[in-house]
Amino acid sequence: MDVSGLLEVHNLTKKFGPLTAVDDVSFTVAQGEVVGFLGPNGAGKSTTMKMIAGFLTPTAGRVQVCGHDVVEKPIEIKTCIGYLPEGAPLYGDMTAKALLNFVAEIRGFRGAERRRRIDDVVAKVNLEEALFRPIETLSKGFKRRVGLAQAMLHDPELLVLDEPTDGLDPNQKHEVRELLRGMAADKAIIISTHILEEVDAVCTRAMIIARGKILFDGTPEELRAGAEGAESLDDVFRAITTGAVVDEGGVEKSA
Amino acid sequence: MRNTYVVMKRELLAYFSTPVAYVFLVIFLAAIGAFTFFLGGFFARGQADLQPFFMFHPWLYLFLIPAIGMRLWSEERKTGTIELLMTLPLSTFNAVAGKFLAAWVFTALALALTFPIWITVNYLGDPDNGVIAAGYIGSWLMAGAFLSLVACLSALTKNQVVAFVIGSAVSFIFLTSGLDIVLSAFRFWAPDFVVEVIASLSFLTNFQAVSRGVIDLREVIFFVSMILVTLFINTAIIDLKKSG
Repeated sequence: MDVSGLLEVHNLTKKFGPLTAVDDVSFTVAQGEVVGFLGPNGAGKSTTMKMIAGFLTPTAGRVQVCGHDVVEKPIEIKTCIGYLPEGAPLYGDMTAKALLNFVAEIRGFRGAERRRRIDDVVAKVNLEEALFRPIETLSKGFKRRVGLAQAMLHDPELLVLDEPTDGLDPNQKHEVRELLRGMAADKAIIISTHILEEVDAVCTRAMIIARGKILFDGTPEELRAGAEGAESLDDVFRAITTGAVVDEGGVEKSA
Repeated sequence: MRNTYVVMKRELLAYFSTPVAYVFLVIFLAAIGAFTFFLGGFFARGQADLQPFFMFHPWLYLFLIPAIGMRLWSEERKTGTIELLMTLPLSTFNAVAGKFLAAWVFTALALALTFPIWITVNYLGDPDNGVIAAGYIGSWLMAGAFLSLVACLSALTKNQVVAFVIGSAVSFIFLTSGLDIVLSAFRFWAPDFVVEVIASLSFLTNFQAVSRGVIDLREVIFFVSMILVTLFINTAIIDLKKSG
């Protein structure tokens, strides 16, 4: 096994009936990397993340996490991954505390160890004041933070976060980015986002996905340099994902 | 095993954190009381047994078991929490068994709360409490078989109403498969042994013996294997849905 590759994705394909959501995607993520998944809605970002987290079975191709195959060793890889699903779905009738207790117990933490881990993660995402309220009564920002807390509880080697800052206000976004930056050194982190400045702010590597294929894979700086005459990252993004020529938006060109 | 217990605990608490548990318990107890005393003629029979009480269990379960089982998986699908649950390090069977056990323990509680009827019959006469115990065990096993069916069907849809209606319909078929209403649909074209097999799957036939106080190993094996088979099918459905 290549030690540097915490996550290895080989020729990953996912089809839903006639629709190919992810089309022959391959990449490797090493420890210390923060990868930003960019792409239009429906590009295959979430589907890719669901396959990495072991929620969807690939139609073809392989995913290896911490040296284990996702399909063959589903339990092992799930102890190695922290996953925040799209929209941060949570049991609304539970309090944040009860949900974290539930996740901690499934992850095998008992007694003092469980309390320590929960206290630790609650402090990290600033969840104290919402801890004993039912999740369904929480604001979107708090819900997202409960989702982040449950993903980080077991200090996983690989964090897969689907839109971790969606619904947060600018201050909260800043906090989450700080949090990710702080954890980056000894983990591999993948986040998906629509917000391009987020890539600039936290990611060491950007990947643009559209129509199930990786169209760009490089550093944020390379992304910026990639399209000549582009004023902002938004322009670069449009240029890569739609094939439009910058300044002459809408002109189709094969990407 | 440990994870099954953790899932069960969460599910059981979920019943009581919403009105579902309380509404169910009140309706179940009121209905079973009304049926026993009015339709069943508990007093008029002049016999100290709970035959008129157990007689109505299968028919109440037909609607009330789908009501507690319908949410087990369809709610997880609807709210997306299935993605949270199934990306935790637990096997699909642990999750399936945990959810089923939570609902089954809940029906045990509902049955236990019918104890005033047991006290009444003991106060009025001198019933055979062994027969009554057998009836309770049989009723609980049958409830488990209904529940596992409904849980299995709720895994197929994200709509709880659909899960309820289909759950009731399928429960009805299994309940009455020993009667002509179901058998006549098979009798004219299916070979005899197929008709026999279908008839032997009837919950009603299997329960009637138990409710008269005869706990036969065959009936126990029938309901337990019914539960196990459906739980495995339930697991397969959840796993199958992963491949989209």
